[in-house]
Amino acid sequence: MSGTVAHTAPAPGVWREFFRSPAAIVALATFSGFCLVALFAPWIAPQNPYDLAQVDIMDSLLPPGSESWTGAPYHLGTDGQGRDMLSAMIYGIRISLLVGLVSGVIALAVGTVVGLVAAYRGGWVDTILMRIVDLQLSFPTILVALILLVILGRGVDKIIFALVVVQWAYFARTVRGVALVESVREYVDAAKGLRLGHLRILFGHILPNCLPTMLVVATMQMAAAISLEATLSFLGLGLPPTRPSLGLLIANGFDYLQSGRYWISVLPGLVLLAIIVSANVLGDRMRDTLNPHL
Amino acid sequence: MNYRMSWLLAASIAIASPTFALAQDVLTIGVRSEAASMDPHWTQLSGDTQVQEHIFERLVGLSPTSQPIPGLAVSWAPIDETTWEFKLREGVKWHDGEDFTADDVIFTYDRLRAGVSGAPASPAFQLEKGGKQWTKVDDFTLRITTEGPYPTMAEDLAMLPIIAEHAASGVEPSVDFNTGQAAIGTGPYMFEEYSPGSQITVKKFADYWGGEPHWDQVVFRPVGQDSARLAALLNGDVDMIDYPPTIDIPQLLEDPNFVVSTIPADRLIYIIPGYKHIEPFITDAEGNPMVPNPLRDWRVRKALSLSINRDAIRDRIMGGASLPAKNIVPPGFFGYVEGLEADAYDPEQAQALLAQAGYGDGFNVTLHGPNDRYINDARILEAIAQMWSRVGVTTEVDAMPRNVFFSRLIRGDELSMPGFDVPEFSIALTGWGTVAGEATYTVSGTLETYNAVTGGGNGNFGRYSNTEVDARSVLAKRTIDNDTRRAILEEAITIGMEDYAYIPVHFQVNQWGMKASLTHEPRTNERTRAMDVRRVE
Amino acid sequence: MTEFIVKRLLQALLVLAVMTVLVFFGVNVIGNPVYIFASSECDQPCLDAIIKDLGLDRPIWEQYWVFIGNLLQGDLGNSFTHGVPAMSLIWQRLPATLELAFCALVIALTVGLPLGVAAGLRPTHWTSRVIMGFSMIAFSVPIFWIGLIMIIVFSVSLGWMPAVGRGDTVDILGVDLSLFTLDGLHHLAMPAFTLSLIMMAMVIRLTRAGMREVLFSDYIKFARANGIRERRILTLHVMRNILIPIVTVLGMEFGGVIAFAVVVESIFSWPGVGKMLIDAIAVLDRPLIVAYLIFVVIMFVTLNLITDIIYSLLDPRVRLGGNSS
Repeated sequence: MSGTVAHTAPAPGVWREFFRSPAAIVALATFSGFCLVALFAPWIAPQNPYDLAQVDIMDSLLPPGSESWTGAPYHLGTDGQGRDMLSAMIYGIRISLLVGLVSGVIALAVGTVVGLVAAYRGGWVDTILMRIVDLQLSFPTILVALILLVILGRGVDKIIFALVVVQWAYFARTVRGVALVESVREYVDAAKGLRLGHLRILFGHILPNCLPTMLVVATMQMAAAISLEATLSFLGLGLPPTRPSLGLLIANGFDYLQSGRYWISVLPGLVLLAIIVSANVLGDRMRDTLNPHL
Repeated sequence: MNYRMSWLLAASIAIASPTFALAQDVLTIGVRSEAASMDPHWTQLSGDTQVQEHIFERLVGLSPTSQPIPGLAVSWAPIDETTWEFKLREGVKWHDGEDFTADDVIFTYDRLRAGVSGAPASPAFQLEKGGKQWTKVDDFTLRITTEGPYPTMAEDLAMLPIIAEHAASGVEPSVDFNTGQAAIGTGPYMFEEYSPGSQITVKKFADYWGGEPHWDQVVFRPVGQDSARLAALLNGDVDMIDYPPTIDIPQLLEDPNFVVSTIPADRLIYIIPGYKHIEPFITDAEGNPMVPNPLRDWRVRKALSLSINRDAIRDRIMGGASLPAKNIVPPGFFGYVEGLEADAYDPEQAQALLAQAGYGDGFNVTLHGPNDRYINDARILEAIAQMWSRVGVTTEVDAMPRNVFFSRLIRGDELSMPGFDVPEFSIALTGWGTVAGEATYTVSGTLETYNAVTGGGNGNFGRYSNTEVDARSVLAKRTIDNDTRRAILEEAITIGMEDYAYIPVHFQVNQWGMKASLTHEPRTNERTRAMDVRRVE
Repeated sequence: MTEFIVKRLLQALLVLAVMTVLVFFGVNVIGNPVYIFASSECDQPCLDAIIKDLGLDRPIWEQYWVFIGNLLQGDLGNSFTHGVPAMSLIWQRLPATLELAFCALVIALTVGLPLGVAAGLRPTHWTSRVIMGFSMIAFSVPIFWIGLIMIIVFSVSLGWMPAVGRGDTVDILGVDLSLFTLDGLHHLAMPAFTLSLIMMAMVIRLTRAGMREVLFSDYIKFARANGIRERRILTLHVMRNILIPIVTVLGMEFGGVIAFAVVVESIFSWPGVGKMLIDAIAVLDRPLIVAYLIFVVIMFVTLNLITDIIYSLLDPRVRLGGNSS
């Protein structure tokens, strides 16, 4: 990011650099794969795991490769309620990614506005906003989210809210840092000289230059959010049990591990691991190629 | 490095090893819920009472099937319509060597009536029932009078642990019991150590009136996680556990190193339909509330009952450990109705009944329930939702932690006024434990019309109301003669249950897992006690 | 300088005041603890008596003032379930948590540092890739899952490790510690390792990054040019320089570790404050939940205050205004 010209996409050279790492390619493929699965879940999944009329308790705890009494195959077995694990995982991926993505985007939006305003206005506005950010960051995310969920109860909207609350400060701090550097650049001075409006300068000139950094932070934060959601669901807070995320599937399966029904807990665990690792590898690689100084 | 390391370890072992005087016969029990206090009047959570029962006794004890047996009282009888006389056991010693007399009983009951400051759930209400008054006749005779005829005196007193006047006078509730200072009882075991979160230990009381206890020491170790508790048993950390995960029971049964003890519990799991004219969680296909509320039609309630496959729930979810039910108290209890059999699974008849009632196209319900209170509660909810959905009653499940569920079930939202509670749920799964071994208060609590003044129907959260049942319930509460009362109760139960006042699912079955070297006499009231455990010779 | 400290102190007090409001009102709107304790036979007068006894019949503002009044005297109220002062429960259980967190820290350092140094010394070698891959996984994997898998493998299948609980303790200066008994260490191993993974990943990454930076700095080149042996350069110069950021970051993260102990403690039934919090939430022991949270808030605010003051002593620029990024 050495050019003074605002551009919204990294130069082609950056992408070439990005793809020089085989790990990054694998991670990108894995992650996009999971995103596609999540997107097209209703068409891919053999069963709609939310339609209770399709789930039969008599088919519970079948190992991978079994068949239901109607002859439909359960490639990855069934859980304790007779739900097809493959379908449950596909929908679980959907929920986990949705929660991670939506909370990430909202936190990004909130954090960006706060960060930009703080950097651009400076003075007491900056001091107060950054004090709040510091305070927020000084508390462990898991504890804040846990208490919020105890108070709010369960639900997708509630867990997203809790995740936004614990994440926005990261974005605010990062954006402010980058924006401070950018706002003393010549192009901002030039824009100010041209008497462009504050908003126009903020969002038209400074923001685009912060984007690559934000992309990196957003990727990492999303991985953290997915992991946090899984942990909270495991503790019994977070999502309702009839619409299980990957974390809840793992938690449900834990009860069956000792009797050798590994598939209910281990398979979603591996998928969750793959999603988080690939997101982190992506974020790492982007940081290395886009902004080695972050 | 290695050398120094091992030296360090050796030194630490030397510090740690306790002095092994004699081979102690110690029983270590992994329990699901920790005892929160050693004050027996603090709460009535079973995690608390089961440990306290080792230390403190009651005037009336309970047999394994919760029937009254002599405890600190050797006998009792009504001497007129409103007076019961209790003869106390002589020669009983407190753990510190003092003698037990009627003064201790008077002290205990006075303490309860005065109120135990800060206690979240003292059993004092047992004394208020019937307006009990107590007087000492002599050191070993006690009389209790009530406002009217009062049949369930022994059952009530079986809930009230007796504490020592000389040890517990003027102490700070809970705090001084947890240190052991006031935890002086007459029970077979003495308080030894209370270390919250880690363990509670009691040791043998050699002068126990019932003979020398079997164990030198008993250790209760709380392990809340079901699988972790089982793991602790499997790898020998503990000798015995309560609530082994139902799913692992078959595996435990096959293992020659372990045995499982089983008994039907006094806890009925059932579904409460809401009887308000409009219920918010009962909607038609378009999502609009229905008038009238279909649950007010007994055919709909029967259809819902018939569409539940109770055997599948037992075999697939409960690991075989449940007793499908239509009765409201388990076999062996006072008031159990022979011949009231659980409904057999019959989806065709259920659909026919729904059509007959005019709901052939079905409707939508949201079934509420707890997810951390009863054995496999959330899974039962989901299975029932599956079954109902298949007969056309599309069911959503909303399972929530007990800390939220019960206040919404009982009282509705925060705005409702005391005495004017409006239960929130339209149909909900919950449980009822008949702790007294006797159905009078189960009938009164769950089947009688709700009345905040008399306390009738205090567990009737659907607001079921049937004058036929009410008349019998009120009568039973005043009938001292056991045979007459039993007949009245059986009638009330039969009328209520044939009307599907609520939909019973099953009785929980209590199970304990233990090493094969132990044998255990299980109890219907879910208590885990060292007194019931022996070593196999 | 004094002005700065006073300003920060006032800020800290303001934060504390705001947090007591948030925590108290937040926790006191959930559910109703009465119904958890009351037996099914408890009728309305009985419920009313409990409500009154717990002080829940008073308006919430009044409850808050009582709470604040007691707080100022260092009293955080009595636990509903245990009936003893909430702070005494916290103090009783804190050693177990601190012990766990401390062991996790030690494991993270003793495993992470050498791995990070190895990865930093030969960044292109395959071992380095393996180490970095490991750190990536350790950083990503939700620790509750690792905990479960460890219980299954080491306790249930192999039977090497106790699955749950804390081992024998010894009284050291009035504090019960299990660190000094064999049984205690045996019980401590799995939870501490599980808790250490995230920190370990961080140590590996920081060490490697630090190594890369320091190895190419002028003074190391100078030292090499002067013929100082590689081993001495490593231990004396490189380590000294990379340890500072690692210690700083770990110091800041230690609070997070104590928070994550909530998860590890509930898996391994470790009798620490985290497990206590989860148990308190289940039965809605409001005073205990509030006390724990206020305790944590005070802990973090104090730590922040101390860090701020130390930084301002070390670096005068901090005092001069908020605009330094």
